[in-house]
Amino acid sequence: MAANKLNLKDKYRLLTRDLDWEFSYQERKKAFPFEEFEGIKITDWSKWEDPFRLTMDAYWKYQAEKEKKLYAIFDAFAQNNSQLNVTDPRYINAIKLFLTAVSPLEYQAFQGFAHTGRQFGGVGARVACQMQSIDELRHVQTQIHAMSHYNKFFDGFQDWSHMHDRVWYLSVPKSFFDDARSAGPFEYLVAISFSFEYVLTNLLFVPFMSGAAYNGDMATVTFGFSAQSDEARHMTLGLEVIKFLLEQHEDNVPLVQKWIDKWFWRGAQLLSIVGMMMDYMLPNKVMSWKEAWGVYFEEAGGALFKDLARYGIRMPKYVEQVQTEHMSHQLWWTMYTHGHATGFHTWIPTDEEMDWLSEKYPETFDKYYRPRWELAKQMEAEGNRFYTKALPQLCTTCQIPMLFTEVDDPTQLSFRDTVYHGERYHFCSDGCRDIFHEEPEKYVQSWLPVHQIFQGNCGGPGVEQVLSEYYGMNLGADNLDIKGSPDEQRWNRWKGVA
Amino acid sequence: MPVRAITPDYVGEVKDLQANFHGNQLVYVGWDHHLMFCAAFAFPLPPTTTFRQLRDEVMVEGFSAHPEWKEIDWDSTQWLLNGEPFIPQLDVALIDQGIDHKSLLRFQTPELKGFMGAAV
Ligand SMILES: [Fe+2]
Ligand SMILES: [Fe+2]
Ligand SMILES: [Zn+2]
Repeated sequence: MAANKLNLKDKYRLLTRDLDWEFSYQERKKAFPFEEFEGIKITDWSKWEDPFRLTMDAYWKYQAEKEKKLYAIFDAFAQNNSQLNVTDPRYINAIKLFLTAVSPLEYQAFQGFAHTGRQFGGVGARVACQMQSIDELRHVQTQIHAMSHYNKFFDGFQDWSHMHDRVWYLSVPKSFFDDARSAGPFEYLVAISFSFEYVLTNLLFVPFMSGAAYNGDMATVTFGFSAQSDEARHMTLGLEVIKFLLEQHEDNVPLVQKWIDKWFWRGAQLLSIVGMMMDYMLPNKVMSWKEAWGVYFEEAGGALFKDLARYGIRMPKYVEQVQTEHMSHQLWWTMYTHGHATGFHTWIPTDEEMDWLSEKYPETFDKYYRPRWELAKQMEAEGNRFYTKALPQLCTTCQIPMLFTEVDDPTQLSFRDTVYHGERYHFCSDGCRDIFHEEPEKYVQSWLPVHQIFQGNCGGPGVEQVLSEYYGMNLGADNLDIKGSPDEQRWNRWKGVA
Repeated sequence: MPVRAITPDYVGEVKDLQANFHGNQLVYVGWDHHLMFCAAFAFPLPPTTTFRQLRDEVMVEGFSAHPEWKEIDWDSTQWLLNGEPFIPQLDVALIDQGIDHKSLLRFQTPELKGFMGAAV
């Protein structure tokens, strides 16, 4: 007779490794058709070390406890009208950006891990991906619930998933994940689990969660905490994937290195959004983007890559080209000057904020960026708030407007191009150009919002109709400067400010 | 290998063929060292547009907000077409002087240093 209770070790074996079976009437290869086409060689799946060491029943129990606490806090947050406790209504725009740019990526991660989890011949990897997949679904749900409270009081929250699929600047995060999900399962894991979750995720979550804490947003702090123990598991999976692939076969090394180079660069460009939030959108600043990069990438990443050197892995190729000194300023200027076409508000930094930026970027802010804001102030004072009139050129790979400057000249935009099968393609950087060169047949398909508008695929005929009808923005409420916005007017009324 | 795909000989659909722009071609125009404009602009234009129309009508829409726009001396302005030095012919169609679909034109006005002399 079986014992009622299994000990932990048996339970773990039965509920993970033992879930696999021998294939009697089908070839194993046919059951896992995605496993070989990328060129990765796996000789022995049993060498996979399960990173989570968690069984499904324990998993449900932990997660249910976390959810209970989380939703109790959301309820209290709503009942106490805690939206009034944020520093000022500018802060809320960082949350609008999070909901439209980042939360849908949690959903994409859920889909990605569900798919990849099905594709591995090794049961350990399958179970780990399945659990992460469920985590990611939980993340998107808790984020929606946390932010739904703000939707009752502020503009711009109404149609976040629709916007994610359509709005010009949201094609940047969307295409990042589309790229990963349309790759093979091993590249997906190197892209998302290792390059993003392990190497870069602290640069996304720490700034957002401390930013929320510094600015009185307890709802966001709480979902951040609730996701943290999940993230710790995701990072372990990222590291296990890399070690496993590198130990399985030496032929895997150059493939993995290429993917690290690619996904590090794509991730660094994507995170310029976080840089802009830290340096410009948080009324109470946590630290500068440059400082965050120093702590979370240069120090932590430096040690990691030193560790991986024994496998023949070196630092990501384009690490010297990441312009943490400049990217946040250049991106916020882009958003400010396109503020008629953003689903959140933009503004000129206050004098005190500009002084903080001079202090944090002593070599560059006063020289290159303060003059832009002086011009913006002058134009605004003349009753002519600057909104740019024409649409920008976009990078074919990262889809960011080609706003970055040359590494050795911050006064000159960086232009790269190539001709493939008679068509010319443009890029913001060497990294993005080289990624295209590796797989041109993939990136010739880039859905570049500016080109799509000109092809007539986004409604129109004018930009106004694209914004309101195709993107779903409430013009005059969601977009434009924070000054004079309905958000600001309501806030002042609540606070009794004339 | 032009793509790492499970489908043999996978070929992607080129999204931005000129044929998809309803008779227009795309032309990008950027003003070097003038970062009031965060990036070069993209304009959909009939290939028969003359350079004069591009300069005096199309570009005005994008660039004229700049305080230095009126000070540009077009006779001394230098141009780059897809990275190569280029001398425009004002009354010739874009396509007839080599400015084809998705070409990038950059212009340089070295005597104008940008707002506050800061390349803005
Ligand atoms: Fe997540
Ligand atoms: Fe995660
Ligand atoms: Zn790029």
